[in-house]
Amino acid sequence: MDISKEKLEWMYTTMYRIRRFEETMLEQTFKGNSMGVTHPSDGQEAPPTGICAHLTEKDWIGSTHRGHGHCIAKGLDTSAMMAEIMGKATGQCGGKGGSMHIADFSKGMLGANAIVGASIPLAVGAALTAKYKGIENESVGVSFFGDGASSQGVLHESMNLASVWKLPVIFACENNGYAEATPAWYAVSASDIASRAEGYGMPGVVVDGMDVFAVYDAAGEAIARARAGEGPTFLELKTYRYHGHFHADDPKKYRKPEEEQFYLDKDPIKHFEATVTKQKLMSAKQLKAIRDAVEQEMLDAVEFGMNSPMPDASALYDDVYINYSNPIQGLR
Amino acid sequence: MTTSQANNPLGPGYDGVPGKELRFRDVFRDTLRAEMIRDEDVFLMGEDISGGFDKDTKEPLDAWGGPFAATKGLVQEFGPERIRDAPISEAGFVGAAIGSALTGLRPVVDLMYFDFVTVAFDQLLSNAAKSRYMFGGQTRVPLTLFARSGAGTGHAAQHSESFYSMLAHIPGLKVVVPSDPYSVKGLLAAAIRDDDPVFLVNDKKLINLTGFVPDEDYVIELGKGRYLRRGTDVTLVGMSYTSIACQKAADQLAEIGIDAEVIDMMSLSPFDEDILIESVAKTHNVVIVDEDTPRASMASEFAAVIADKAFDHLDAPVKRVTAPHSPVPYNRDLEIAYMPQPEDVVRTVRKLLGHE
Repeated sequence: MDISKEKLEWMYTTMYRIRRFEETMLEQTFKGNSMGVTHPSDGQEAPPTGICAHLTEKDWIGSTHRGHGHCIAKGLDTSAMMAEIMGKATGQCGGKGGSMHIADFSKGMLGANAIVGASIPLAVGAALTAKYKGIENESVGVSFFGDGASSQGVLHESMNLASVWKLPVIFACENNGYAEATPAWYAVSASDIASRAEGYGMPGVVVDGMDVFAVYDAAGEAIARARAGEGPTFLELKTYRYHGHFHADDPKKYRKPEEEQFYLDKDPIKHFEATVTKQKLMSAKQLKAIRDAVEQEMLDAVEFGMNSPMPDASALYDDVYINYSNPIQGLR
Repeated sequence: MTTSQANNPLGPGYDGVPGKELRFRDVFRDTLRAEMIRDEDVFLMGEDISGGFDKDTKEPLDAWGGPFAATKGLVQEFGPERIRDAPISEAGFVGAAIGSALTGLRPVVDLMYFDFVTVAFDQLLSNAAKSRYMFGGQTRVPLTLFARSGAGTGHAAQHSESFYSMLAHIPGLKVVVPSDPYSVKGLLAAAIRDDDPVFLVNDKKLINLTGFVPDEDYVIELGKGRYLRRGTDVTLVGMSYTSIACQKAADQLAEIGIDAEVIDMMSLSPFDEDILIESVAKTHNVVIVDEDTPRASMASEFAAVIADKAFDHLDAPVKRVTAPHSPVPYNRDLEIAYMPQPEDVVRTVRKLLGHE
């Protein structure tokens, strides 16, 4: 395997961090400590991890309502994320965005986005900036979206634009098989969404989205193409979400137990552990040390969020504009 | 030139300022050019703005000079990277423009017809207007969009909209409406230099009009209106082309001894509450003229502000002259009837003042 020891450690840390963040976040949600709706991404750790392993803070990603994994893989701070979900002033967006709008522009994260498909052209725009400035080799745009967004017109417009303008973009379609409760086999006209890439003049690759090594390899090729100025690539990452669409959704109402078990058997974290120990790339002890550190990080994140203050009441009116001469406050 | 001079009671063309008579469309293009020279992060994007490409050389042809010739000559001067011709996909390229604004550029988008804004509406509402707020002030969206509005040119129902209030309703977005060559120069430059997203709506009926434009570089402060004419009997409030209709109405009213004051709002979000209140406090009568359909319009909003903050100054109800609550018709006679005409304003004023 041609992956450095440091990169392997990063990949395991990232996947385990995503898994435990989602589980911890759900615990806190059910305790009433989250202020709103959350969309867990546990089970889908491999796509953000395998892709972001190739990126730096100068690269940009666009994300979705199910965005915690993308944030973590792009290097966002889990304490600031937890505080954001708890609606606190110390949150990543000062408590004003919540789970569906976590962003960190200092890390190249354009924001989770709750309109399905709406962040796709933003990543194209980030790639346009890179091309405009002649820095494609160090700044590409990656758009994460799901099988649901694959039916949105704006994806197709964005693919055409990226291809016509030959922009350094990776369209990363995380096909988890469901848009809310509606299965992709019902709502998507192609058996492989990646097959649509051909019509837009770019390579389309179907990838096992439960296998982080497969994602890493496919993403490496796509990102290298983008950095070399050869234009966009479409990756379809076949994956699965272990939980429902949102925190209170019971997916057993619309998914069969044998289907869920099929993907649990392909668990990306267990697969990683089995692969690296079998190939003697990492020891069980190393893996446990990483898990222990992540467990502590989650305790710290919850403590940070719980002990953080609420936003000041005046925050309601901040940052609507940079400057605006009319009153922002409501009429009373 | 300063903003206070821009609000000179005499309006544009006042003495002592070097300048010349220019066509609206030429001023528009020259301002785009000046802003692109001023800041190399400024670039243009839109459908057909480089007017085709030679099949052999792949060089842009600039056949039309862009929609309404707004970008004529610019692709030769700045090249196709900065005059970026976009496929017909408003949601896609407006979204890409927002993405480029979020990552350090200052895109200017030509949306061609104002009606097409609805095709890109989600990107404008959910991404351009909300990013700064929902991400806790981390970012800015220095995006400018422009498009042509208005009836009167036979473009019919889907190419003639004036629904300014749909944009002014959106927190996070600014909306400006020039009404002559002077104001388009100052407002377009101000929009491009502003760090918030700004939509400039220009009525098609303005494009070939001429007017006095000072030579020097200037911006008009967003959110400020101006007096185009001072008077004591009634305030006429215009925006975009209706400011011209108001001036014509004021001329006709003068002939029958009614001294009208004319305000040109210039900005619709933010907008100049002070100038409305100041004028109504003097004239005690007001007629607001808006080519938009009447329900939930800018005319309604201005009326609400005047009723709320200048009620005691009013001698009569606030009156609005607007288009009917209908799509824009194609037939010329119907289309003329659709638009607020100076005669409609005169009739409303006479009724308001009991001058029958």
